Amino acid sequence: MDRRMPISLITVLCLGIAFLYVPILVLIGYSFNASALGSVWGGFSTHWYSALLEDAQIRKAAVLSLEIAFASSTAALLLGSLASIALVRFSKFRGRFLLAGMINAPLVMPEIITGITQLLLFVSMLQLIGWPSRGVTTVILSHVAFCAAYVSVTVQSRLQSADITLEEAAMDLGATRLRAFLDVTLPIIAPALISSWLLSFTLSLDDLVISSFVSGPRASTLPMVIYSKVKLGVSPDVNAMASLIIAGVGCCVIVASVLMRRAERARAAQA
Amino acid sequence: MARLVARRGRWFIILPPLLFLFVFFLIPFAFALKISFGEAALRIPPFTDLFGRGADGHLHWQASLANYRYLLTDDVYVVAVLYSLRTAFFATLMCLMVGYPMAYAMARATKSTQNILMMVIILPFWTSFLLRVYALESIIRDNGLLNAVLLQLGLIDHPLRMMHTTFAIYLGIVYSYLPFMVLPLYATLEKLDRTLLEAASDLGGRPWRAFFDVTLPLSMPGVIAGSMLVFIPAIGEYVIPALLGGPDNLMIGRVLWDEFFGNHDWPVASAVAIAFLVLLAGPIAIHQYYQVRQVEY
Repeated sequence: MDRRMPISLITVLCLGIAFLYVPILVLIGYSFNASALGSVWGGFSTHWYSALLEDAQIRKAAVLSLEIAFASSTAALLLGSLASIALVRFSKFRGRFLLAGMINAPLVMPEIITGITQLLLFVSMLQLIGWPSRGVTTVILSHVAFCAAYVSVTVQSRLQSADITLEEAAMDLGATRLRAFLDVTLPIIAPALISSWLLSFTLSLDDLVISSFVSGPRASTLPMVIYSKVKLGVSPDVNAMASLIIAGVGCCVIVASVLMRRAERARAAQA
Repeated sequence: MARLVARRGRWFIILPPLLFLFVFFLIPFAFALKISFGEAALRIPPFTDLFGRGADGHLHWQASLANYRYLLTDDVYVVAVLYSLRTAFFATLMCLMVGYPMAYAMARATKSTQNILMMVIILPFWTSFLLRVYALESIIRDNGLLNAVLLQLGLIDHPLRMMHTTFAIYLGIVYSYLPFMVLPLYATLEKLDRTLLEAASDLGGRPWRAFFDVTLPLSMPGVIAGSMLVFIPAIGEYVIPALLGGPDNLMIGRVLWDEFFGNHDWPVASAVAIAFLVLLAGPIAIHQYYQVRQVEY
C-alpha cells in the first residue's frame, strides 16, 4: 500500500462484508432458537439439532448427496485437469476450439437449461441404448460436466504460471515426459488440484436445479429435500441443517487454505 | 519417431474431456432442439418422435414449428423474458455499484490484508447457494429480523413488505452473486499500474479525474467479466424468484420449471430452452471470447 486507505473505502469494504455475512450469522443464531416461530426468541435450545438427527429422510438424502459429491468431484478433477493440460500445454490440435468452448460454457450456462437438455439426453439415451436410468448415475454425470469447468479454470491459471523450462530441464537430465510432469509440475499445481476438488465437492453438494431435472424418483438429494421443506414454510430444522453445512464447509475451506499456504511457504523457503 | 509417439500420446489427454463434454454437454442441446419440433404426447417419454413408421410401414418424419409459434403468441413467455432481462440488468448494475468500491478498496490494501480479504469474499461462495437465499428470507420476511429491528427502533409502525417483491429478487441476486462481481474486478484493479495514476496526479489531475480517465477505462475487462458472470446466470435464475419472489415475478427460469414439472409439456419446455439459449448467445459469446482469449495468452 503506497498511501493510507481513505476511511470511506474502509467503510465500504466493511459494509460489503457485513452484507455478505449477516444473513448467515442470523441463520445460525435462529438455529438455536427454542421457538418454532421465526422472529420470536424463545430461549437457547439445541432441540432442532436433535430433531435433525432423528429425521431419516434427511439422513438418507445427506448420505446420498455426499456420495454423489465425492464421485463427481473426483471425476471432474480428472477430466478438468486433462482439459487444462491440453489447453495450456498443447498449442494446436484439432478440436481445441471446441474443447475450450465446452469446458468454459457451463460457467455461464443457466443451470435450468443445462438441466433440461441433459434430462432430454438421458431420456433419449435410455430409450435408444437402455442406459442410464434416472437416478444417482445421471446426477453424477451432470455434476461432472459442470464441476469440470470450475476445475479447469482453476488449474489452467496455475498451469500457466508453472515454469515449463523446469520440466524441460528435468527431461534434459534424462527424465521421461511423464516423470518430469509428475515430479516437477504436479507439486506446483497440487494446491489448485486440491482447491478445485473441494470446490467441485461443495458445488455438487449444493446443486438443486440440475439435480431436480435429471434425478429419478428414488434419488432425492439433500438440496432437493431442503428445498421442498423450505417451500412448505418455516421449518426450524432447516436452520440447524443449514448451520451444520455452512459451519462444516467453512471449517474445511479455512483449514485447507491455511494448510496449503503453509505448504506453499515451505516450498518457497526450500527453493 | 519419438515426436510422433508424443503427438499421438497427446490424444490420451485430449480425448477423455473432449468426448465426455461432447456427449454429456453438447449433444443434449441437439436433443432439446429435436424435441422442440415435436408434440407433447401421453406416453413415456412424453413427446412424439420426429421419425416413425406410419401405418403404411414407410419411414416418415414430422416436424413442426408449432411450439415456437406458441411461444410468440402466448404473452407469458415474452413478458417473462423481458422481465428477466430487465431484472438481471438492474441487478447486475447494483452488483457493480456495490462490488466496484469493494474491489477497489481490496486492491489498495496491503498484500497480507488482500489475502485475508480474498478469503473472506470467497468463503460465502463456497457455502450453499440455496441456504444463503433461505437465510436472506429469514431476514426480510414480514416477521423477520429486519422488520423486528425497524419496529423496535420506532422507524416504522407496521412491518414493511419486502418478501415476494421485485426488491427481494434484486436483493437476492446482489447478495448471491456479489463475489462473482468482486473477484474479476479485484483481479484487474490489482494488476493496474499505479504509476499511471501518479502520472495523472503529477500532471495536476484531480483524484476523481484520474479515476474516470485512467482507472475506470483500464478496469473495463474486469467490469465486463464480472457483469457477464452476474448477468447471464441471473437471467435464468430459478431459486431466487421461486423463494423470494411473488407470483407476479415470473422470470423465465421459473416459467421453464413450471412448464416442465407443472404442465409436463416437454416439447414446449424444450422450445423455451432453445429460444432462451439463442437469446443468451450474445452475452455468452462475449464471455467466451474473453475467457478463450485469456487462455491463449
